[in-house]
Amino acid sequence: MTQLPERTEKKLGLVIDLDTCVGCHACVVSCKGWNTENYGAPLSDQDPYGSAPSGTFLNRVHSYEVQPEEGAAQLIHFPKSCLHCEDAPCVTVCPTGASYKRVEDGIVLVNETDCIGCGLCAWACPYGAREMDAAEGVMKKCTLCVDRIYNENLPEEDREPACVRTCPAGARHFGDLGDPDSDVSQLVEARGGVDLMPEQGTKPVNKYLPPRPKDRMDRPAVQPEGDIDVLAPLLKPVAEEPKGFIGWLDKALEKI
Amino acid sequence: MHPAPSVIIFTTLSGLGFGLLVWLGLGRPDVTGWMAFAFFAIAYALAVGGLMASTFHLGHPERAMKAFTQWRTSWLSREAWLSVMALIVMALYGAGLVFLGTPWTALGWLGAALSLLTVYSTSMIYGQLTTVPRWKTPLTPALMAAIALAGGALLAGQAPAALILLPVAAVLQVLWWVRGDMALSRSGTDMASATQLGDIGAVRAFEPPHTGTNYLLREFVHVVGRKHSIKLRVIALVLGYVLPVLLLLAPFTHLVAFLAVASHLAGIAASRWLFFAEAEHVVGLYYGKR
Repeated sequence: MTQLPERTEKKLGLVIDLDTCVGCHACVVSCKGWNTENYGAPLSDQDPYGSAPSGTFLNRVHSYEVQPEEGAAQLIHFPKSCLHCEDAPCVTVCPTGASYKRVEDGIVLVNETDCIGCGLCAWACPYGAREMDAAEGVMKKCTLCVDRIYNENLPEEDREPACVRTCPAGARHFGDLGDPDSDVSQLVEARGGVDLMPEQGTKPVNKYLPPRPKDRMDRPAVQPEGDIDVLAPLLKPVAEEPKGFIGWLDKALEKI
Repeated sequence: MHPAPSVIIFTTLSGLGFGLLVWLGLGRPDVTGWMAFAFFAIAYALAVGGLMASTFHLGHPERAMKAFTQWRTSWLSREAWLSVMALIVMALYGAGLVFLGTPWTALGWLGAALSLLTVYSTSMIYGQLTTVPRWKTPLTPALMAAIALAGGALLAGQAPAALILLPVAAVLQVLWWVRGDMALSRSGTDMASATQLGDIGAVRAFEPPHTGTNYLLREFVHVVGRKHSIKLRVIALVLGYVLPVLLLLAPFTHLVAFLAVASHLAGIAASRWLFFAEAEHVVGLYYGKR
């Protein structure tokens, strides 16, 4: 049914820490590895060893360069998968009812046997979270590893999405974002987690933690109010102007 | 957006076919017997032909019947219902005209309304998408309805109506283009909102997720044809609207009427190609493209 539930009992989702992500793409690989052989159709590749390889992925990592007004540019790695939106536009446009949002945990899923492969849900998603599989002709998307998180055949520590389980930097967190006391909600609260493209009105469940301010080598670190850096006077530059041989060389070259 | 031929053919032909059905339902032209049969055959060939073309872009056309289930939320499902209802009602109305020589006026009006609603539902499949700011405007259904009604009038031989509706559609077309060119920048969605990194500084896409292409880039980031957009807009305006009006003002012959319809169809196909090729999907921003 493509009518969205009024509310869901839980809001399971991911919190992605852009400060911590090192851009290793391990989550991309583990996602593809798990999901190509479990829920639904495999994630096919076309021409994988040829000159123009392409394939279906449920999770991709972008990298952005951000240039502040002053100071050095920053490189930020940016993993992106389905955000399991509360007002998921991909669900309501589906003509067949293949796309749905679960009442019990808020996960957005595709029932692949009902999917006609019209692609309209991918058109409606602003995040590029849905990809049509070129071999199967059905829409693929992140399931939040629904076949892991409730899977009692797996050891307890493995009952989380493959991307979270594999992340070597601890940049991905999984939990109930509908519960204000959950670890993920606390983390979002503490770090000022944000929604992507909030103006699109999708109300994403997944949150992104913005990068922390970078320290700068060319200026002293920001001191918390009231703190005194006892070393600061000792570390002051001893000479602002060049002296000795360098001073002479500087002056000599100036005169040429 | 990728300008898929199946979708361009579908919206162009079906729009014209349902536009003609609107006029036939209104009893213009007032025809019966074999004349009525000829008009209805053309309308059904266009409307049904277009609908058939649309199934070519489905991954699983054999499951198309399932598309009738979600009319509560989905414009695509509503379009499926409305098109089938319009075709059934107009078939009954047409049968009355062709075989009994009787115009069941009320049925015709119902069929005309359903045909117009079908065009509206098609336009709303695009007009509802917040992800494509160029499409997300009431001008989209207004333009598609005006084109269908103008083309239908042309095909139905309703010259006085066509001489009003073609210029109206042309004005809407130009308004749609002018608004559309500013739509993405006015939408408030840009790389800063997409990445939420704008507070730090200017965001630039440094490295895409993969060196190769993917479904998203093929489907949503079509930039190849945009460099010819001005030329194509002129072609669409001249062939789609200006030339048919001039031909209508010339003394009537069947050849002139045929040329007017052919020119209109070619112009609308060019306009519809631009409709897709120029449309910027916001997902392109994640790739530093639009």
